[in-house]
Amino acid sequence: MTDQLTRRAAVGEDRRRADGRLKVLGQARYAFEQLPAGAAYLVPLLAPVARGRITAIDAAAALAVDGVLGVLTHENAPALPEHARPPLRILQSPDITHRGQFVGGVLADTPEAAARAAGLVRVEVDAAAHDTALAWDHPDAYVPDTVNPDYPAVTEDGDVDGALASAAHAVDVTYRTPMHHNHPMEPHTTVVTWSDAGVELHESTQHPHGVRATVAELFGLDPETVRVVAPYVGGGFGGKGQLHAHAVLACMAAQTVPGRPVKLALTRRQLVPNAGHRTPTIQRVRLGAEADGRLVAIEHDVAEHTSRITEFAEQTAVATRMMYAAGARRTRHRLVALDVPAPSWMRAPGETPGMYALESALDELACAAGIDPIELRVRNEPETDPSSGKPFSSRGLVACLREGAERFGWAGRDPEPGVRRDGRWLVGSGVAAATYPVYRQSATARVRAFGGGRFGVTIAAADIGTGAWTVLAQIAADALGVAVEDIELRIGDSALPPASVAGGSSGTTTWGTAIVTAAQKLLAEHDGDPPAGAEVTADAPPNPHADDVAMHAFGAHFAEVRVDSDTGEARVARMLGVFAAGRIVNPRTARSQFMGGMTMGLGMALHEATILDHRHGAIVTPDLAEYHVASHADVPALEVHWIDEEDPYVNPMGSKGIGEIGIVGAAAAIGNAVHHATGRRVRELPITPDKLLGLG
Amino acid sequence: MSTPAMAYERATDVDAAVAAVAGRPGARFLAGGTNLVDHLKLGLLDPDLLVDVTRLPLREIEDVPGGGLRIGAGVTNADLAADPRVRASYPVLAEALLAGASGQLRNVATTGGNLLQRTRCPYFQDVTMACGKRDPGAGCSAIGGVTRGHAILGASEHCIATHPSDMAVGLAALDATVETAGPGGGRTLPLTELHRLPGDEPERDTVLEHGELIVAVTLPPPSPTARSAYRKVRDRASYAFALVSVAAAVDVRDGVLHDVRIALGGVAPKPWRAEQAEAVLRGAVPTAARLGEAADAELAAATAQGENAFKIPLARATIVAVLRDLLTEELA
Ligand SMILES: Cc1cc2nc3c(=O)[nH]c(=O)nc-3n(C[C@H](O)[C@H](O)[C@H](O)COP(=O)(O)OP(=O)(O)OC[C@H]3O[C@@H](n4cnc5c(N)ncnc54)[C@H](O)[C@@H]3O)c2cc1C
Ligand code: SF4
Repeated sequence: MTDQLTRRAAVGEDRRRADGRLKVLGQARYAFEQLPAGAAYLVPLLAPVARGRITAIDAAAALAVDGVLGVLTHENAPALPEHARPPLRILQSPDITHRGQFVGGVLADTPEAAARAAGLVRVEVDAAAHDTALAWDHPDAYVPDTVNPDYPAVTEDGDVDGALASAAHAVDVTYRTPMHHNHPMEPHTTVVTWSDAGVELHESTQHPHGVRATVAELFGLDPETVRVVAPYVGGGFGGKGQLHAHAVLACMAAQTVPGRPVKLALTRRQLVPNAGHRTPTIQRVRLGAEADGRLVAIEHDVAEHTSRITEFAEQTAVATRMMYAAGARRTRHRLVALDVPAPSWMRAPGETPGMYALESALDELACAAGIDPIELRVRNEPETDPSSGKPFSSRGLVACLREGAERFGWAGRDPEPGVRRDGRWLVGSGVAAATYPVYRQSATARVRAFGGGRFGVTIAAADIGTGAWTVLAQIAADALGVAVEDIELRIGDSALPPASVAGGSSGTTTWGTAIVTAAQKLLAEHDGDPPAGAEVTADAPPNPHADDVAMHAFGAHFAEVRVDSDTGEARVARMLGVFAAGRIVNPRTARSQFMGGMTMGLGMALHEATILDHRHGAIVTPDLAEYHVASHADVPALEVHWIDEEDPYVNPMGSKGIGEIGIVGAAAAIGNAVHHATGRRVRELPITPDKLLGLG
Repeated sequence: MSTPAMAYERATDVDAAVAAVAGRPGARFLAGGTNLVDHLKLGLLDPDLLVDVTRLPLREIEDVPGGGLRIGAGVTNADLAADPRVRASYPVLAEALLAGASGQLRNVATTGGNLLQRTRCPYFQDVTMACGKRDPGAGCSAIGGVTRGHAILGASEHCIATHPSDMAVGLAALDATVETAGPGGGRTLPLTELHRLPGDEPERDTVLEHGELIVAVTLPPPSPTARSAYRKVRDRASYAFALVSVAAAVDVRDGVLHDVRIALGGVAPKPWRAEQAEAVLRGAVPTAARLGEAADAELAAATAQGENAFKIPLARATIVAVLRDLLTEELA
């Protein structure tokens, strides 16, 4: 049993990033910045078609290039176990299952030689008919057994059709979101040395122990002989949560040059088809409400894609199950398996696209019913979690909406769309709710007394720019009753006690709980005064309240949007988010998580899309010139606030995850503001000028 | 086989630079490299010699006797945009420059390189796609594909790519001229004749010969009564190529459009001088209806390529809006 953390000296303190100085000075070395002597360089070869078979590979010209050490293909690659995740089972057969898939790699003494030789490898293929286009009525659509991570794909309570038929107000709307890419600044990178003694990887990953386990399993190694080092990671957004195929390719290459480090950093173009993405979605939302706006029916029906070789089912409609009270509720996910790269986690998988649709539809209902959108949400606040019947450990949605309304200046807003002008600009405002579940995984922490009130804390957590280096030390300091400066933290290395993935906004919850548990045990074992050398290793226990309460963070986004009536260009003038996410461990790092999420939501609303040419099954936005993330000029005054929330159920710190909730609902708030500004309801993201022409 | 070396030379005088490139089919001039080096990395071209022209004495912006400015080909986009003479007398050019790329890119991108940057057509940039601009005779993958960024004017059945430069659109509206040095001597040509339409030779972006070096761009004397502006419509507020852009200069005398010059970007394989629109307006009393007629006249020949159909109404709206804003007083 772990006690609540009662000392609150370090937790809650606005502290600078522990790794900030090193990063600014360039001394925090990322994976590719490892400069081992004698490194060899790997350049992958990509499949030129979306589906087919390699009929011949001619590597002779490549092998003849000076400095080339070898060319890996399916003809000479080591066999990987049958049961391994299919996207990782590269070079196991001549089959091509998506365009851009790794079909080989060239290893050379220099990057230049590798690149030149890669251009000389001739890959001949027999192309087969492919299909990369998601459609609502796709004949191959099927309902998966579960959606990520393990929710039912379909839920149904009450008589939805009956309730809709007799509702005073109803909306029946379909929203579309495009394929999205995580695009962390640091590309996916592996630097790996394979030797008899073991395998060492510098990997840009959100999960050192996950990489270790996967590599050991794929190559039949004892996990103890695999070490994965990742102290600094330049962003992941879920895209580095699971191991991707580049690392497999690098390990295969490293096996051929034992003892010699092999370096691989994917270019953007190589990364895009090989490191996960968010599925496009088509979402039909039907809402029925009484005259006063009280919902009687909610239906959320989703179509999305997965790859033909592996199933990843984004949990798009899951948040809809717990957001609002309604007697009749139905959600469903259908998948279409296509010849596309494997989709994977991207910041708030499920909640991000799903809440975009739900919160946009709610705005449409507010307009139809003539009810203020905040009031509409307040009226539909459930007393207990509609999906489980459990009480909420805390639910701050209404508080966030109210505080946000106050700060944003919502009162007196004229609901009439398309009537506010400032010169050539049409101006409007919108609101949307946010939510994200509190997940806890498993992790182990070791706390060791150094004497003199100093402690070493070790856990293989990963700081992907989120602030783990900073906040875990704060948590440890309070758990041990010392100053943050007295904590020597080590993370980002699989040689340290195992930690869960930096994902699901669960890092601080999970790792913090492990640290508090170990610290409390150490103090208890030594009457509060452990001697130098005393040490405890402890696991984060499962949450004892998990069966009794529903645990979620909530938030509210407000956006003011200006749309150029000449050209249809939509720009966000200001954006404000208020969050109820338990105790905030460090306001500074927390603010940047919320802000980053909101910025990504802004990009989702107005800019981001991975576009495919379905004739070729090819991504035609493979770089950051074409895949538009929000630029600085797009991000206006962006305000982040939170409400003080005490939640004794979630974990010893009382904190909820904050890494993902900032993106959830943000695009809906902006889309709703676009409607308020223009009177146009754009139901397909991103909201680009071509969708807002002719406003006059 | 040893890795074929790509030689690099730093030219210090114009004639030597021209000779070095002209004599070798696989040689290329290298200026800021912001386009060329990307193309090397993408495998779009494989030169055997790069002749660096950034050390040539082409980095000055000089007053032309009798008025006007002579801009060396090596002047960076950032320096040109910041030049007080440009800002005061040719605001359309300063605005066009600042609407392009990013601060970092503009710090190294040059006047010559900017004019000769190649299309951003995604198929052109992907060596696994057939593209006649890259490989003469290979056909065009863009037609029938993702064409949101492609041309509505001046395209051919062989290529529908747009020219991406903002600066060139501003220059086209200013009646700039281009001065070159070539193996057969130098020449001066109007900027609007530098780029060519694809026809059945999409591989030739311009009329320049291999080894012909741009040495300067000259702006004619500014009219003291002219007003000019550049407006770029794009998918995000910065660091995105134009969906449509409009450069316009108007000179109203006695209530009549004494002179008007309009150039369009993002819509054609070259900076598009809107002569049809100008003809409707020149000599006319500006009215809102006239502006619309002018835009319609220019766009009468526009052809959509599927996804880019929106560019036709967008171009119309943007032409009208830019002129409207330049003629606020007259229209009131
Ligand atoms: C991400 C990104 C975004 C961008 N956005 C924009 C934008 O919004 N608007 C815009 O206008 N541009 C944009 N650009 C393009 C940028 O403006 C050009 O890359 C730049 O102007 C090219 O100049 P450079 O000096 O670097 O040319 P280089 O790359 O050095 O050369 C380009 C070409 O010109 C040739 N060349 C160079 N100088 C001469 C000369 N004097 N005589 C003859 N030939 C010569 C070279 O051989 C080469 O073929 C963008 C570029 C990038 C990478
Ligand atoms: S439009 Fe032009 S550049 Fe693009 S693929 Fe066709 S030929 Fe090539």
